[in-house]
Amino acid sequence: MTPDGASSGASHDAPTHAAQDAADGRVLLDDAGIRRSLMRIAHEVIERTERPERLYLVAIPNGGIPLARRLAANLRQVADLVVPVGVLDTTLYRDDLLTTRERPALRRTEMPSAVDDHVVILVDDVVKTGRTIRAAMDALMDFGRPCAVQVVGLADRGHRELPIKLDYVGKNVPTHPDEEVSLESIGSGEEPELRLVLLSRREHTGQGGES
Amino acid sequence: MIQQSLLGIEDLEREDIERILDTAEHMVEIGRRDVKKVPTLRGRTIVNLFFESSTRTRASFEIAGKRLSADVVNFSPSGSSLKKSESILDTARTLDAMDPDVVVVRHGVAGVPKRIADVLSAPVINAGDGAHEHPTQALLDCFTVRQEKGRIDGLTVTIVGDILHSRVARSDIYAFLKLGAEVRVAAPPPMIPPCIEQLGVKAYTSLREAIDGADVVMALRIQNERLTGAFFPSVREYSATFGIDRAKLRYAKDDAIVMHPGPVNRGVELSHDLADHRPSVILDQVRNGVALRMAVLYLYAGRRPVGKRETE
Repeated sequence: MTPDGASSGASHDAPTHAAQDAADGRVLLDDAGIRRSLMRIAHEVIERTERPERLYLVAIPNGGIPLARRLAANLRQVADLVVPVGVLDTTLYRDDLLTTRERPALRRTEMPSAVDDHVVILVDDVVKTGRTIRAAMDALMDFGRPCAVQVVGLADRGHRELPIKLDYVGKNVPTHPDEEVSLESIGSGEEPELRLVLLSRREHTGQGGES
Repeated sequence: MIQQSLLGIEDLEREDIERILDTAEHMVEIGRRDVKKVPTLRGRTIVNLFFESSTRTRASFEIAGKRLSADVVNFSPSGSSLKKSESILDTARTLDAMDPDVVVVRHGVAGVPKRIADVLSAPVINAGDGAHEHPTQALLDCFTVRQEKGRIDGLTVTIVGDILHSRVARSDIYAFLKLGAEVRVAAPPPMIPPCIEQLGVKAYTSLREAIDGADVVMALRIQNERLTGAFFPSVREYSATFGIDRAKLRYAKDDAIVMHPGPVNRGVELSHDLADHRPSVILDQVRNGVALRMAVLYLYAGRRPVGKRETE
């Protein structure tokens, strides 16, 4: 995995279309679909936030990072808002850390300014059990006292294990618990192409952005 | 991959070292927060078992453990049970019965952490044993060099001082060699162990040759308490020939950094001026020590699987 991108996918050059079978899984949302979702979410955020100048996006790595960056660009385009974008690694707050022998690798945390009195919007790629969001909320509280916390999930798979609901959803993705959904980035550089892919359990490599 | 206990750098693979350094990279950020604490080791117990006195290393492990929310218990048997002639292994077994999740051990005799690890079910972290190894010091040295230079591969690291009695030197030699640096050692002849070059280092008795073109100059502490025999005529002469000052540092690279595991004998291994100012990075080493030990505790603590749960 690259520190800035989503989980590293295959390096296909040609863009793929939604519902088309990719070599390594079924594409649920292609890059254009993800762009449309994030533009709609930007409008929804503006509509629902009373004081949008207090917005603060916090990406959950790795998949949340490119999504939060795009969402911030959309907010600038739609409402001329410059919204801070932070990155918050939730690994050290996970509830299953010490249950296995091998510890997961840590990812970067970078919070550019204080979160106090801001409306923090957590941005994640795939939300499933809700445990990552729980960990992210705990981590966030160590950085201050936001006046509200909301969540954007590009894909909502259901299968919640905690009482957490998303405020903004890119796409509802009904899946079997054994399947894996992950955000892949194709190509490298500043603006990699993104796509949301459904993998069957057999093909899963253990690197997906499940949460 | 990473073994149950961290007893020495000699046992580690390059990937293990890099994984610890990469983890420490992220731990640095926690030290910059207002709330310098994460819940990772909540409810876990770390025992600092220090048979040999130590302020800095023990405090560093203690702060590291507390930043990870562990309960840290300091245990210095020299003061208590050892006087009642309890053997080291009995002490270890007693501790084990209290169910710690990590035991950090320092002892004046080489090999004691290994013997303790053999009887404990908890992982053991060696915090220095005799003249054998001091792995977390070497790891924080590598971390500091990587932070300063951006890499370790291809650098020249010169270690100056009592190589013979130094566990720091031994661990540093293993660590820097495994990460691809060229390592040189320099000292008066009696302080250079025979066959040291078999480890893959070059030994020098001329400081000037040893630091010629070096990227990193590491001065070791002259440990008066360990020096019994005639290792050098006088402290003054040692300081004149092997003490690092700005004049001698001119032979090293222009951007060379100076390191020291501390505490510094000012005016002996390092000039007063260098002990406090760039290019020495001694306080960075101390600061990084906490992050590095957090990484070690994170990676080694409680390495006992308690049933698998499917959580994502």
